[in-house]
Amino acid sequence: MRIAIIDTSTTRAAIISDGLREAGLDDLILIDPEGPIVAQVEAARPEVVLINLENPSRDLLEDFFAMSRALARPIAMFVDQSDAEATGAAIDAGVSAYVVDGLSKQRIKPVVDLAVRRFQAFSRLQRELDEAKNALAERGTIDRAKAILMKRRGIDEPAAYALLRGQAMRTNRRIAEIAEAIVTSDALLGDME
Amino acid sequence: MSAERFRIGFLPLVDAALPILAHELGFAAREGVEIEFIRDMTWATVRDRLLYGHTDAAHMIAPLAIATALGRDRPAVPLAVPFVLGLNGNAVTFSTALAAEVGLGDGLGDPEALGAALREAAAARKAAGRPLRFGVVHRYSSHNYMLRYWLAGVGIRPDDDVEIAVTSPPFAADALAAGEVDGICVGEPWNAIAVDRGVGHIALATAQIWRRGVEKVLAVRSDVIEARRDAVEALLRALHAAAAHFVEPASAAESAAILARPAYLDAPPDAIERAITDRIRVVPGGAPVAYPDFMFQYREAANFPWRSQAAWLYSQMVRWDNVAFSPADAATAAEVFRPDIYRTALAGSGAPLPGASSKLEGGLDAPIGAGSTQGRLLLGADRFFDRRAFDPEDIAGYLAGLP
Repeated sequence: MRIAIIDTSTTRAAIISDGLREAGLDDLILIDPEGPIVAQVEAARPEVVLINLENPSRDLLEDFFAMSRALARPIAMFVDQSDAEATGAAIDAGVSAYVVDGLSKQRIKPVVDLAVRRFQAFSRLQRELDEAKNALAERGTIDRAKAILMKRRGIDEPAAYALLRGQAMRTNRRIAEIAEAIVTSDALLGDME
Repeated sequence: MSAERFRIGFLPLVDAALPILAHELGFAAREGVEIEFIRDMTWATVRDRLLYGHTDAAHMIAPLAIATALGRDRPAVPLAVPFVLGLNGNAVTFSTALAAEVGLGDGLGDPEALGAALREAAAARKAAGRPLRFGVVHRYSSHNYMLRYWLAGVGIRPDDDVEIAVTSPPFAADALAAGEVDGICVGEPWNAIAVDRGVGHIALATAQIWRRGVEKVLAVRSDVIEARRDAVEALLRALHAAAAHFVEPASAAESAAILARPAYLDAPPDAIERAITDRIRVVPGGAPVAYPDFMFQYREAANFPWRSQAAWLYSQMVRWDNVAFSPADAATAAEVFRPDIYRTALAGSGAPLPGASSKLEGGLDAPIGAGSTQGRLLLGADRFFDRRAFDPEDIAGYLAGLP
């Protein structure tokens, strides 16, 4: 079964194709998001097309599928509706699937399910990456705030940290927020003495 | 009372104004409604989010709501349109090369004269093996139907003499700039942006093709309407108040500034304000030309969902999709538009409420008083450029008489 993958994120496309390949689905075509989408799909003649929900080429692609049907061309594809719940899950995950007419439900379902799991895995990875980036940025802010306190109050690092932590606890805020406030006010008022 | 929350899907277009202004200017809050927006770049995604519950309502091209209810290209999902977000507001923009070839001046073209010149240009390009290519925003869009109506009416056969492709609104000006298409039919501000970038020349306003053509609608899933009828009616009252405000000349600059924000259209406020105030910059660097009722958002009960408008869109679907006319489908299409909900929502508000749910479309040369159950209703001239009128009771006869 030939599957075409169209994704504005090449990383996500790679993650999906790896998953499909592991499941033994190795007739895969990765469509170049920078190139002409319709011409590539037409040449690939897939039986299933997986495309990210927010892909800017979706209206174009659906028009092509509708035209293919009207002209009885080979790639007449429909939005996959073989299982309403699965389709809903796919939309929630951010993937849209089109299948050729007559392809059996049993063959479509594993592909869509797998794509959904991979999309979710990608979102999770991205979230973790964002969190890691934030944590790193927060640590930098806390270090800068500590340095400011050490210099202006003439205290050592453990004392500066204790000061931050105490203020966070008293005001029910996160240490990073207190640090952020100190760094900001130092940038604005630091030279006023 | 906690506010009724609506997530509304939209595409960055000036005619998404009413829900946006209802939210930003407090008309929604006054009705106990809270709106959250989900911005997308294609109609397919707006539709999918509505069908699978990511949104509760959507700013949508009217024919797509009908195609979805009829199950064109996919299993049918019943949709309801209780409110029309506006009439017209679109334009046909030619590449500067095509504009020069057909002799467009620095005003809007005349549909008949321009059509004759375009017919020659189309024939020449077809003979040269490079047929003219036009971009419309979606297969199921009023843009597609308006452009085709005009072309067929001036003797240019769509799909045979010229190609018609799909270019989503935010990419239409780019497609024109890249030479992928020779013309586009799209909503504002994308025509204005094509002109301001120096790549396009506005040929016609769609209001010149059909003076009162139905455009975007508020689409809601029928089961959601049933379950949240009171809340939907509150939302309609908020949209109605926003529409009254939107057409006040004094509000134009503020409306444009709000719509221009990155969260909404992310486009130049100047281009948006020109659309709102019916001033069209036709040529790059030119002074804007006033064209009254370019966008039509409020007067003449413009937001009332006439079943005859849905019937006309269905007639064009039959015409261009090469499917047989079916009285059952015609009834399903007409019933997508829900004047009953509009009436109950605005009963007691003073808004004119038409007594009928359907009318002859394109039959008026001059304003005329029309029957209403509340308020005073005046309907303005609503002609098609070729002066044919559409009788929703005789779709088959109408189709037989079209070129």
